[in-house]
Amino acid sequence: MSDGRPRIAVVTFPGSNDDGDACLALSTLGADPVPVWHTAVELPHEVAGVVLPGGFSYGDYLRCGALASLAPVMDGVRAFAADGGPVLGICNGFQILCEARLLPGVLRANRQVQFVCADVAVTVESTETPFTAGCDLGDELVIPIKHGEGNWVADDETFADLVARGRVVLRYVDDVNGSRDRVAGVANEAGNVLGLMPHPEHAVDPLLGCVGGVPILVGLVAAARERSAALA
Amino acid sequence: MRLTVLIRPKTGILDPQGEAVQTSLEALGFAVTEARVGRLVELEIDTDDEERAIAEVERMCGELLANPLIESYEIVRRPA
Repeated sequence: MSDGRPRIAVVTFPGSNDDGDACLALSTLGADPVPVWHTAVELPHEVAGVVLPGGFSYGDYLRCGALASLAPVMDGVRAFAADGGPVLGICNGFQILCEARLLPGVLRANRQVQFVCADVAVTVESTETPFTAGCDLGDELVIPIKHGEGNWVADDETFADLVARGRVVLRYVDDVNGSRDRVAGVANEAGNVLGLMPHPEHAVDPLLGCVGGVPILVGLVAAARERSAALA
Repeated sequence: MRLTVLIRPKTGILDPQGEAVQTSLEALGFAVTEARVGRLVELEIDTDDEERAIAEVERMCGELLANPLIESYEIVRRPA
């Protein structure tokens, strides 16, 4: 931790394109972002949080996120997540976490078979994750989405279990892509891994529009700060 | 040995791509009531042991080529 700023790894895969914005947003919100290349066999020293940013890793070949889920850096991410470290997957990062089976379900082509780019409202459905700990249940956050494959689905049994355990963390207010029950973000069992299609890193500066991403990234930074302090 | 893997959207799983293709075919005047769009992967495997090759491809499908949540696959042998 430098000057009380927790180190948060932002992983770049070939084809990631929101890594720069993620670094900028984290820096603005009090973290020390650490760019990490996908071939890294372990996460850098003292990293206390991880962001898998948006983009089109490996050109979305085969299935979105499928090839990136096998990148060397993912072993480190997996170990970090298993140790309780906060991991945030945004858009393509969410797709990667699903393909890596760190999160349940899978993201398919949007129902309307069109790329969707809009500022949308999502509601907070669980505050049991570090990313939403600063929110109240039902809070509405306006955050941009921009994806062609955000139509999340899981089988009935998995889905019922997720809902029962409060692992559906964010829901779109309106159906934007056909996602099951308007799911916009889901967490793992422990709550320390969150994947979401909306882009909080694009929604932190009022000069550029909405600021609904702030609480989610502030939550990540706070969790990383806590982890840094515990490890120090 | 040459094997082909046919990957399909699982039965009952929504296939928006297939629906779009079906609509476009109808617009062209074809009487198509359903279209499903999948993926094809052609593999050259360095063995003559068919059983072993198929077992390997099964593992490839499980680990990478198909996502069992939404896709089914079929392994087909191609003539040499």
